[in-house]
Amino acid sequence: MASKTRILREKYLRRLPTAFCPGCGNGQILRAFIEAIDELGIDKNKIVAVSGIGCWAWIFGPYLRTDTLHTTHGRAIAFATGVALSRPDLHVVVFTGDGDGAGIGGNHLIHAARRGVNMLVILVNNGIYAMTGGQSAPTTPKGLKTKTHPMGFPERPFDIANLVFSAGADYVARWTTYHIVQLKNSIKEAMSMKGFRFIEVVSQCPTHFGRAVGITEPWAMMQKFKEMAEKGEIKVGVFTR
Amino acid sequence: MDIFKPGPYFMMGDEAAALGAILAGCRFYAGYPITPASEIMEFMARYMPKVGGVFIQMEDEIASIAAAIGASWAGVKAMTATSGPGFSLMQENIGYAFMTETPVVIIDVQRAGPSTGQATMPAQGDVMQVRFGTHGDYEGIALAPNSPQEMLDLTIKAFNISEMLRTPVIVLSDAEVGHMREGVIVPEKVDVIERKRPKTPPEETTPFWTEEEDLVPPMPIFGDGYELLVTGSTHKGDGTRDVRNPESHEKLVKRLHEKIHRNKDKFLEWEEAYTDDAKVLVISYGISSRPSKGAVLKARERGLKVGFFRPKVLWPSPEKRLLELSESVEKVILVELSLRGYLMETQRIFGIDRVIHLGYARPEVPLSSEILEEIRRVC
Amino acid sequence: MRLKFYGGDYLTVRIIENLCKGCEICVNVCPKNVFDAKAKINEYGYVIPQPTREDACIKCRLCEMYCPDFAVEVD
Repeated sequence: MASKTRILREKYLRRLPTAFCPGCGNGQILRAFIEAIDELGIDKNKIVAVSGIGCWAWIFGPYLRTDTLHTTHGRAIAFATGVALSRPDLHVVVFTGDGDGAGIGGNHLIHAARRGVNMLVILVNNGIYAMTGGQSAPTTPKGLKTKTHPMGFPERPFDIANLVFSAGADYVARWTTYHIVQLKNSIKEAMSMKGFRFIEVVSQCPTHFGRAVGITEPWAMMQKFKEMAEKGEIKVGVFTR
Repeated sequence: MDIFKPGPYFMMGDEAAALGAILAGCRFYAGYPITPASEIMEFMARYMPKVGGVFIQMEDEIASIAAAIGASWAGVKAMTATSGPGFSLMQENIGYAFMTETPVVIIDVQRAGPSTGQATMPAQGDVMQVRFGTHGDYEGIALAPNSPQEMLDLTIKAFNISEMLRTPVIVLSDAEVGHMREGVIVPEKVDVIERKRPKTPPEETTPFWTEEEDLVPPMPIFGDGYELLVTGSTHKGDGTRDVRNPESHEKLVKRLHEKIHRNKDKFLEWEEAYTDDAKVLVISYGISSRPSKGAVLKARERGLKVGFFRPKVLWPSPEKRLLELSESVEKVILVELSLRGYLMETQRIFGIDRVIHLGYARPEVPLSSEILEEIRRVC
Repeated sequence: MRLKFYGGDYLTVRIIENLCKGCEICVNVCPKNVFDAKAKINEYGYVIPQPTREDACIKCRLCEMYCPDFAVEVD
């Protein structure tokens, strides 16, 4: 039996290796996504992947062989709304980040959730603006020393999944890259329904978040996610009303 | 569907523009309320569903233009409408539409600015913003209707230009033309241009490069199996981002500019009167062109050698024709509701010392008697 | 691109040399300690692991799934 990796890589990807740092969670999220759509048997030509500006914006492009739309910072959900409403026959998937989605794009996120636009939003939360070098983000933990808050981040972070849940989204879940199997199943569940679906993935950034917090080994950070999820410090799972 | 039957109607400028869009094939509208453009949105809210289109009121203007661009890539002709403050917000995404070669139409019903200004008063201060509002070397196309009839006709033309050239086109109206009601004739037949579709299979198609004469590449849409790579980053012909190679950027941006200029003779349009023997030329557009033309006609009755020139396409400017006129004309009177507007362009073509600027900061329709007085003073 | 397999194409656990970035997630997640970290330097300069104890592999495929670079193949 041929390796699953080889089958998936040949069917869905091009132009590897990816541009991500070693150990970045983005590659794992791409994996979970591809496994999910493959197991569901969705035609990749009927998927439109939309993103904004950030490291996760390259989760799909130029690697994933679907239609892709790489847009401006924070506005991916607005662009995707135009696609989703004009073509109800296509699966619209938006990749966004904690800064792009909950910072500059926060307004578009909560309105799309409120409206119930038919799309799946996967928000990659690494707690920092990594692409631009490690500045504070709306989900940076209080007290963390970042490039723009060398004395320690003084603000409270967002609980994004909760925010989107309160805005009325049809499906809300949070996982971490440690919970990759649950993430894949969650994506499958989300892709099999309609409405505004949202999955927040807490992901490791060993380069910038790792430096700020003092854990630069990718596996060590994933272990930390596991511990925090077990203790309830990161609430994982599907949110139900 | 009475409103779409050919014939005469009594309509508001804003509504005529929205009707023109629907006649041109627009089936997606995303907008945000703003005086004096809200009526465009309200017309679309009533009629988009009736023609099988999609209407959505978005949370802000940035989202509105973004949704229109997304819909355009999904294969649907799309537009949005706003005024000065919203137009300022949309600049980043207008640049995105230019860079990704997305056909989209934006109507800017100008009002007195800067900032909140006077929402219900007409102005023409956004003229330069169409050219330089977004960052980088961008080339804008703008049309300037001066009546509800032209709101309908030029919006149809805007869609045709944007589909033909795969670029954003702006219709620069103003609070007066937008809100006035006049006779509008819905034509029997509307000529509609559709975007260029790919003729080759995915492996051989480059949606962002072409060697063809008109420099417009074919445009696949989502769901066609072309594995599109649409991005605002600098990109190669197949859409792959290329952010390290200076040559790649030069190649792309030069083609985008050349694309507009090589094709401009296909769509440049203006109105001129009495220019054969004119010594003084009155240039105006939009609402200020109406009293200007009246003043020119009265001046001619008195025997003054004055001509009238009204660009209907403001950008790219009708530079070739104006340069021809600059040989025979001695002085130019530029009439507009702005302290800057078309001034620099006119000065560039005719010379700073030959242009008299009736640039009003007062946001109301100028009186033709004032313009006539100026013409008489100059002659 | 032409893929280069560590240890040859016939092993049932393979690391693709020119895709691996040496993040060592596979080394850490494997329950049977199949991999040795920092075994070799690839053409890009990454210090990558090797599946030294390939016969201890129980085909749980955690390494395959957790690899962010699609660089581990398990038959």
